[in-house]
Amino acid sequence: MNRLEVKHLKKYYTSQKAVDDISFSLAPGSIFGLLGPNGAGKTTLIRMITGILFPDDGQIIFNGQPFNPDNDVAYIGYMPEEKGLYKKMKIGDQAMYLAQLKGLSKAMALERVKHWFIKFEMQSWWNKKVEDLSKGMQQKLQFVTTVLNDPKLIILDEPFSGLDPVNSNLIKDEINQLAKNGSSIIFSTHRMEQVEEICDHIILVNKGQKILDGSVTSVKQQFKENIFSLGLDSDPASTESQAFEVIQVKGHQLILRIKEGYKPNDVLHHFLQQPVGINSFHEILPSLSDIFIKLVEGTPLARQFQTANA
Amino acid sequence: MKKILLVIQREYLVRVRKKSFLLTTIGVPILIIAFYAIMIAIGASGGPEKNKIAVIDQARLLSTNLEKSKSDASEYVFITDQPVDSLKLNYRKLGYDYFLYIPPIDITQKVNNIQLYSKSTVSISQKSKIEKAINNAIELRRLQSANITREQYRSIKSDVSIENITGKEQKKGVAVVATFVAFGCGMLIYVIMLIYGTMVMRGVMEEKINRIAEVMVSSVKPFQLMMGKIIGIGAVGLTQFAIWIILMAAIGFVLPFPSVDPGMMAQGGQAPGIAESTSKLALIGAGLKTLPWGLIIFCFIFYFIGGYLLYASLFAAIGSVVSDDQNEAQAMVFPIMMPIVLGFVIMTKAIAEPNSSLAIFGSIFPLTSPVVMMGRIMYDVPVSELILSMVLLILCFLFFGWLTAKIYRTGILLYGKKVTWKEMMRWAFRNN
Repeated sequence: MNRLEVKHLKKYYTSQKAVDDISFSLAPGSIFGLLGPNGAGKTTLIRMITGILFPDDGQIIFNGQPFNPDNDVAYIGYMPEEKGLYKKMKIGDQAMYLAQLKGLSKAMALERVKHWFIKFEMQSWWNKKVEDLSKGMQQKLQFVTTVLNDPKLIILDEPFSGLDPVNSNLIKDEINQLAKNGSSIIFSTHRMEQVEEICDHIILVNKGQKILDGSVTSVKQQFKENIFSLGLDSDPASTESQAFEVIQVKGHQLILRIKEGYKPNDVLHHFLQQPVGINSFHEILPSLSDIFIKLVEGTPLARQFQTANA
Repeated sequence: MKKILLVIQREYLVRVRKKSFLLTTIGVPILIIAFYAIMIAIGASGGPEKNKIAVIDQARLLSTNLEKSKSDASEYVFITDQPVDSLKLNYRKLGYDYFLYIPPIDITQKVNNIQLYSKSTVSISQKSKIEKAINNAIELRRLQSANITREQYRSIKSDVSIENITGKEQKKGVAVVATFVAFGCGMLIYVIMLIYGTMVMRGVMEEKINRIAEVMVSSVKPFQLMMGKIIGIGAVGLTQFAIWIILMAAIGFVLPFPSVDPGMMAQGGQAPGIAESTSKLALIGAGLKTLPWGLIIFCFIFYFIGGYLLYASLFAAIGSVVSDDQNEAQAMVFPIMMPIVLGFVIMTKAIAEPNSSLAIFGSIFPLTSPVVMMGRIMYDVPVSELILSMVLLILCFLFFGWLTAKIYRTGILLYGKKVTWKEMMRWAFRNN
């Protein structure tokens, strides 16, 4: 059973179609990257999944049941891109308050808050105020308050912004641990290298529509351009071949593209016939960043407002 | 339901635990008491000015008949050995504060050629005391020339004060007391709506500007968040009032309100000053007793809650649409302040003329009724009007609550965009 299934979700505003017929599903324990340029409709999509907005059309199935925000929000942790906490409130009180709002009893909330504060070495913060914390520390606190109730679905919108590498890794490890324990994670960011590192599945959204869906490896396979890197020990006698074309030469390193209808073996065959030694030969898969740019490029940076005929 | 209680609890505790809450709650009554104490002290000891006045009395008015009023502590020194022109220049060198020059006068005419010289402007009270002394002297001279004694004159002089009897039960309406209480209640509701309303607005703005709203609405419904805040802050206000009432009662217990035997005031002969003040106190006491306290307290609580809820929801909606800009908040708040201020203005009129059509309209129209009705309540408002006013207030709150909740829901999640009234109306009236 999927943790979350989104079917033909739509949300139209008067000025634009924010989310226009998006469907995807999310398995338990998977880390899911939600990508897309600014204004693609990611936040609207997330707000519908968290019960903040009602969809105009479509269905959200949570744990096999139609999504019911009143009860299901207790199993969802949401860390929005616009992060904030009550500045004048004591940190311990704040964490307790947010945990109780998620439906935990007072005793339970206290236990969970203590557990996480010890884990993140935040015990000494209890009586401090949020305004006394640095931005990175606030971010850490925000993450803790998001996962306090041990949610089954965790939605993180740019969770690493403002964090140093040490704390980034701390949170990255936590995300992996939570996924291992069965939580599903939706991870929204513009930092493609983080997506590649963390996510096992991605969808790409542009102009309110899903334009890409698949596992990170399959997406890369889908967009590979048969580009290989070949390392030689001396200059080759000939690089002219029907099988490939050389794109770039870096010393004795060649970057080449294999032409349609040929195989990597044909490349190796070409060079094996020459008196040069082959040190390395491997495929260069496109980075998600390249794929992202390729798919999104050409669409205007800012979405033009259009009239939705809803 | 449990969540809204949590929100109420947080909003309440955060504010009650603040130092500023303690400061205003304890500080305001102390300030009021201190203010009264100072007023009393000034009234009792500050006393009248004691000036030394040089007088050249060519009309022989004061020098023959100096009848100073009781509070006139100035010393009049009659000077005969100096010409007017030189005294005009050097009365201060001779140690006088003022120089009063009374030229020869004709008592059958209006007297308007008396001059008082001073370095700076003479205080109104000092001037009126001197005028009083001169008037007394002229009056006496005129009486003498008409062959009337002082006693005869006093028996002729009329000094009427009208006693107002209101209502079927022939209650002694002590109009001044009723006015005072009515104004106080209306004023209190006016102040509550403004202070606590803006407190709600600032609370909502805090959540929006610090980006807390989105975190919150992923676990609480926006309506719960809004109502929780409104009720929580309202509870802070009630707590503050409860503490004030207890403090006042405690002070009243320590310094009992002087109860005066009404018989005493009738005799008040020898010491007219004391008799006057005790009779005033007795009048206030009697007036307070005749007021319909049950009705007043019931209405006060009703209109306090109703008015607060109505305006707090409006202020919350405004707080949800403004961005970080303070000026913008002020501009948006203006249309909401208007009816409150209008209500206050109508209330002051309603106290003077409680049955004028303006007062009746103001006390029924829900945006002004909380303030205006409190100004009218002492004056036997027909039950039908009262019920109509209350029902309209409840309906109006429900309508605006529904409307503002929708504006609030959209507004708190909108960042960095200036919202127009037109857009707000669209959010309010669209479906879902």
